[in-house]
Amino acid sequence: MQVFPFIVVAWVLAVGLYGIVTSRHLIHQIVCLIVVQSSTYVLLLGIGYRRGAVAPYFSDIPVHTPAVDPVVQALALTDVVVEAAVTALLLSFAIQAHKRFGTLDPHELVQLKG
Amino acid sequence: MDQLLPLAAVVPLLVAAGISAASRFLRRRRRILDAIGIATAVAVTVMLIVIMTRAAHGDSVYWFAGFRPSRGVAIGIDFAAGPLSAGLACLAAALVSAAMIFSWRYFEQVATYYHALMLTFLAGMVGYCLTGDIFDLFVWFELMGVSAYVLTAYRPEERGPLQGALNFAITNSVGAYLILSGIALSYGRTGALNMAQIGRDMARHGPDRLVVVAFVLIISGLLIKGAIVPFHFWLADAHAVAPTPVCVLFSGVMVELGLYGIARVYWSVFGYGLGHRQTVTSVFLALGMLTAIAGALFCFRERHLKRLLAFSTISHAGMFLTGIAVLTPLGLAGAAVYVAGHALLKAALFLGTGIVLHRLGSVNETWLHGRGRHLRVTGIIFTLAALGLADLPPFATYLGKGWIESAAATRGFPWVTAVFIISSVLVGAAVLRVAGGVFYGLGDPPSESPQVAAESSEETSETQAAKQRTPLSMIAPAAVLVVAGIVVALLPDLGPVLQASAVRFQDQAAYNATVLSGAHIPHPRALFPPEDTGVKAADLASGFGSAAGALLLAFLALYWKRLPVLRRGFEPGTGLVQPIRRFQSGIVNDYVAWIVFGLACVGGALAFTIR
Repeated sequence: MQVFPFIVVAWVLAVGLYGIVTSRHLIHQIVCLIVVQSSTYVLLLGIGYRRGAVAPYFSDIPVHTPAVDPVVQALALTDVVVEAAVTALLLSFAIQAHKRFGTLDPHELVQLKG
Repeated sequence: MDQLLPLAAVVPLLVAAGISAASRFLRRRRRILDAIGIATAVAVTVMLIVIMTRAAHGDSVYWFAGFRPSRGVAIGIDFAAGPLSAGLACLAAALVSAAMIFSWRYFEQVATYYHALMLTFLAGMVGYCLTGDIFDLFVWFELMGVSAYVLTAYRPEERGPLQGALNFAITNSVGAYLILSGIALSYGRTGALNMAQIGRDMARHGPDRLVVVAFVLIISGLLIKGAIVPFHFWLADAHAVAPTPVCVLFSGVMVELGLYGIARVYWSVFGYGLGHRQTVTSVFLALGMLTAIAGALFCFRERHLKRLLAFSTISHAGMFLTGIAVLTPLGLAGAAVYVAGHALLKAALFLGTGIVLHRLGSVNETWLHGRGRHLRVTGIIFTLAALGLADLPPFATYLGKGWIESAAATRGFPWVTAVFIISSVLVGAAVLRVAGGVFYGLGDPPSESPQVAAESSEETSETQAAKQRTPLSMIAPAAVLVVAGIVVALLPDLGPVLQASAVRFQDQAAYNATVLSGAHIPHPRALFPPEDTGVKAADLASGFGSAAGALLLAFLALYWKRLPVLRRGFEPGTGLVQPIRRFQSGIVNDYVAWIVFGLACVGGALAFTIR
């Protein structure tokens, strides 16, 4: 098993979280959330990867040909769908924030605290 | 008859889709829409009651599309219902029914998507409780989450709801991705997604770093949903701004679902493989105690009714986690009955708050002082529910608290009792103080300041103007919920049945055999000595003690101006909690930073002790 993809996963996760924590712009912050999620794609695909294997379509190749794991690809696909819903929703919140209050700074949106 | 299992999740989804498709037709026919929503929620509740009573004799499993496991390897996806998981789903459905009935007259105008979202939220919660597949757990978690985010921002024209929904959505999404990463790692180790199968393979392999990291990632994600300190910050922001009927679901059951997930994942997946029960207990116990106390302190300081109730939920979440942390059947049974009692009473309190908002147009305790005198029935319901929240027998909460305390004492943590009493007293006193001040005008009238007037007008757009009378459809659900909070404790055989269910929930081998081999294993009934499950003097004493303490503290809090000694503690702007209030900054950046900090702490504690 290769270590490199997992280093990438940790790096992408850390970068995304750093972005969310330091961001002063909602759109930027939401994109950082997408970056965090991208780490899960790399992780899933990295786990299913086999060196020298083909894509898991068995229509025109012998059944015993080594193939990468199709399950993680299905999971990654589901993950993409979930992300599309969450991102669309968050961006619509950001549009509302900009329309109603003229700001995209999470610090300026604060009404309730303490 | 296991076909009922998928129906409980599919029916609300289909109805939600139907409502959305027919929204043009239903827009003008509000009552039809309401009736469809209520009927669906009630139907799901009935289905889950049937599933729950069936499961009391042995878990039932349903394989989608008939893909049964072949030679012990799960190919398909299953729903597996035990009494505890079906019971929690049933509680969720019952609360959705109550919230829908309450909404009948609560909103003057309601968009069709409100009903559709409530039903997808319900479907998400039911699926989450019943699923036996860990990836589906994530998918249901997200379905539940997305519906909840939209419901929080039901009034996006205001700053508060938008802020609350964004904080809620971003923190919980980070949690969901942590869970997914953990699932990916455990799949990498075992090649399985079925919880029973992962558990079996991990038990063979033993714990290594990968398993520990996967466990930490999954439980951290669930701790965010479960609002455990320091993962809890989103909760108060979201609860304060969501429409009141939605708050009922957030506080009553959604937070508890996060903790249920931890219990499910621990006992079905990681338990045997991880070993090290002592370490797991210590970590969860520390988090639970910290949460119970911190939530109670914040709750006591709060003047915004919904936020006050939200912090009380955080405090109770800490107590539930403690019940799970002791890792014994009695502790888990205690957590289960505590969750049920708390959900019913907290729902009644939120509905009472909704009535106050409906009639008086504010949720600010200071402004409301003495203005609720004419709301007699609401006052009685609110006060009774507040006493129940302070664990007064015979409300079901006292049983849960007592069982968790004795389970903790058996495992060598007698001081848990003290912490529980402190947090129960603080939370109960805060809610009783509200009841006494608002509905009976007790205590010294607060000084009117411009700040209070400004704060009290924050929350008015949910209902357009203060109303002259309270409709029956708003009072009745609250009253029924309070009565149910007592009835649960009086159910015959509650103790033996719940504890047998808890034994079964914690029996990973039995769960594996049921799911993977289709074995029917009846629940062990006669395992417990009757003194464990009956009404005990210690439970009663602890319950009456904390209720009495709460009443006393509530009176002190109402009359603090007459006792100069107490000024430091009670005067707004001073006291113990003021410095830590800065943590609740309302900025999502800070919350995510706290999540990373919590992840590092939990991960560090587990990684250095489990080798």
